Amino acid sequence: MMLLFYLAAVVAVIATVCVIVQTNIVHALIYLILSLLAVAVIFYTLGAPLAAMLEAIVYAGAIMVLFLFVIMMLNLGQNTREQERAWLAGRGWILPALLAAVLLAQLLYVLSGVEGMSAPEQVGVMAVGARLFGPYVLAVELASILLLAGLISAYHLARKPGAEDE
Amino acid sequence: MLDLIWLLPTFPLLGFLILALAEGKLAKGPAGWIGAGSIGLSFAVAALVAVSFLQSGLESHTVPIWTWMSVAGFDPGINLYLDGLSLVMILVITGVGFLIHVYSTGYMADDPDFSRFFCYMNLFVFAMLLLVLGDNLLLLYLGWEGVGLCSYLLIGFWYDDPYNGYAARKAFVVTRVGDTAMAIGLFLLFAQLGTLNIQDMLHAAEAEWAVGSALPAITALLLLGGAVGKSAQLPLQTWLPDAMAGPTPISALIHAATMVTAGVYLIARTHTLFELAPNVQLLVAWVGLITLLMAGFTAMTQNDIKRILAYSTVSQIGYMFLGLGVGAWSGAIFHLMTHAFFKALLFLGAGAVILSLHHEQDIFRMGAKRKQLPVGFLCFLIGGLALTAFPYTSGYFSKDEILIAALEVEGQGLWLWLGGVIGAFFTGIYTFRLFFVVFFGESRGHHDAKEVKGLNIALPLFILMALSLFGGWIPVPLDAVFSHGAEHEEHHISAFMHGVMIALPLFGIAISYLFYGSGILSAEKLMSLPGSRALHRFWNSGWGMDRLYDFLFVNPFLYLARVNAKDIIDAFYDMLAALSRAGHLLIVRTQTGYLRWYVLSMAAGLVALIAVGVLL
Amino acid sequence: MMGAIPVEHGLILAGILFSLGLIGVLTRRNIVFVLMSLEVMLNACGLAFIVAGSRWEQADGQIMFVLILTLAAAEVAVGLGLIIQMYRRFQTVDINVLSELKG
Repeated sequence: MMLLFYLAAVVAVIATVCVIVQTNIVHALIYLILSLLAVAVIFYTLGAPLAAMLEAIVYAGAIMVLFLFVIMMLNLGQNTREQERAWLAGRGWILPALLAAVLLAQLLYVLSGVEGMSAPEQVGVMAVGARLFGPYVLAVELASILLLAGLISAYHLARKPGAEDE
Repeated sequence: MLDLIWLLPTFPLLGFLILALAEGKLAKGPAGWIGAGSIGLSFAVAALVAVSFLQSGLESHTVPIWTWMSVAGFDPGINLYLDGLSLVMILVITGVGFLIHVYSTGYMADDPDFSRFFCYMNLFVFAMLLLVLGDNLLLLYLGWEGVGLCSYLLIGFWYDDPYNGYAARKAFVVTRVGDTAMAIGLFLLFAQLGTLNIQDMLHAAEAEWAVGSALPAITALLLLGGAVGKSAQLPLQTWLPDAMAGPTPISALIHAATMVTAGVYLIARTHTLFELAPNVQLLVAWVGLITLLMAGFTAMTQNDIKRILAYSTVSQIGYMFLGLGVGAWSGAIFHLMTHAFFKALLFLGAGAVILSLHHEQDIFRMGAKRKQLPVGFLCFLIGGLALTAFPYTSGYFSKDEILIAALEVEGQGLWLWLGGVIGAFFTGIYTFRLFFVVFFGESRGHHDAKEVKGLNIALPLFILMALSLFGGWIPVPLDAVFSHGAEHEEHHISAFMHGVMIALPLFGIAISYLFYGSGILSAEKLMSLPGSRALHRFWNSGWGMDRLYDFLFVNPFLYLARVNAKDIIDAFYDMLAALSRAGHLLIVRTQTGYLRWYVLSMAAGLVALIAVGVLL
Repeated sequence: MMGAIPVEHGLILAGILFSLGLIGVLTRRNIVFVLMSLEVMLNACGLAFIVAGSRWEQADGQIMFVLILTLAAAEVAVGLGLIIQMYRRFQTVDINVLSELKG
């Protein structure tokens, strides 16, 4: 299990690095899916099977497909590679990288003192569901409202201008 | 019936509100009816009030309307107080005011700002009524400042001409000097006696303060400061001649009949204070005397018909102050009333003359107008006779009363009397100089003058003529107000003195006739005497008071203002503003509009926050 | 049967992923990449919750993850709608074009 965790962790980090340096957007998306699946494996190793399933189905599945649709609609991909390359050519990445490095160093410093091991037992769907519809029921309702709002606004934003005249 | 006095200020206030809210969109007909009608209604109420007041035995009467404010025991009310003094004042204000309003509907008929004029006029009458009816000093002060404001608005009525605006500002600023003194006086009175109610205050002052002690002297002096400012007495008299820039009915109503006499009213109302400070009271007399003499000299040298009348007004108010100063309280108020009649008559007559001559005001460009302007001629004849105290005209009685009272003052009485009589002599000269130059001799311009027609102009003039002639017989119910003065004694005066008092003004008229009426003596010859031209110039400029004040106050102030044009204190605040602007410009550069830049700053902030958290 | 994993490592992994996402957000000019990097960051947050939940053997970590998931779904829907709108208006996905907020 430990081996699985570290393996998945390495895969996730490498895939993520590939996401942020890729010039081909479709390839980047594939790497992102890979990264998300690796994280799903990590979830499983940490004893969270429900989260692992949701990560694979909703994140790597549904949301990434949404990205794919948009990329197809905008007809991005091969023909934008040159442009991406030009955009990435400058020195613009140094400062953000530096900043992120500092942030990472800080995180490492803060987290280095954390003691404790992950629990050996799995927290199953039952436990999660019971709590979700117990004390967290209000949060669930709010999440549903958020999704509804997202749905409506996405519909409104994405339609063609002037469509409301019809 | 007496409770109706709350209606008195209400009608002009309503008129003002209607005219003001109509924004000048009202036609001239309705505007004139509202403007003059509101004062007419007020006068009707005043007449009713007067009748019932006289029948009820001259008892003073307070009508509370409501409490203005109530703060920790300080609760000045809006209460109207009626006694003989305020009765005389309201009758003069509404009566003469009504006549002048009616006259104005004719005089201002061609003015495009007709309704604005009546709007201000009504506001003025409202404020003036509040001033004389208020039972506490705060309400009095409200009216006092209200009439000052209206005076300012009306002097600058024709604001297109910058000179009028200058004259209005001058009047406002100069009277403000006196008003400040008066306000301090009110503070002092309230601090010392704990009340602003005039009657309570006077009783308290009488009970607590000794005659001749310091406090009444100081308060009386401060109140006198307000009075000389409003009433254009020395040393604050310089604004009144310039105030003639306003329309002529304004000069008649505000700057002759009512507002400028507010100072006289104030002193009469607080006469107890002045009696407690005999030195200040004597000062009042001397201020009046010197003012009346100086103004008399100046009036003799003026050429502008309205300025002559303005200096004459200053001089006549000087008589009232003289009367107040020598303790002839009711004499002074009596003179106030008769002066309101004949000076309103003179001003309105002058207005008719000016209007007939297409706004000509220089008397030496008139001449021989008695045939063309018979009504104006009659106005000036009757008004002039009353002004010079011709026997049995209205001015004769009132001036007599003042001068006789002056004679009875111990020590300086003879001097005061002599000064007053000499002033009367000058009055004769300047009044009839004006009269002869305008209506006799040869015509020096405007040969085709035609008298302005219209009943609304003629009728007020005739009523005022009657009042000027016979107003001296009107009994004024003032004894109850000034009961503790020495009013009741019969005046004893030698026949010789009396003869002098009658003869000197007539002598003045005769001199005027010799110079200007018959041409036997020539003013030009007099002018060719050595030094006379300089003297003429000196008097003509009002004894150089304007130049003196320019030198003493205006120019140093302007110099300081120029030096401090870049305000030193402001520099500090300007620096603050410049700093914050620089900081703003600095920060505005960070707002690039690039989303990535914002994200970067957020991340940097996050890093900094965590750094703080880690380090602490 | 399960080998226990130190919480420290899980959290450090989340930190690394988060920093990588941040670099992506900051460096990419293509708005689609920016959005993808945001997803990475959100995912890292979810990972942190899962690690903590696993440490205390509680379901709350997973619940938080579910909520983050809904948030991410809504955000992606709106964000992609905006991208489509932007592409229609400006014919580009360059984020630097959107600089009208300039002060």
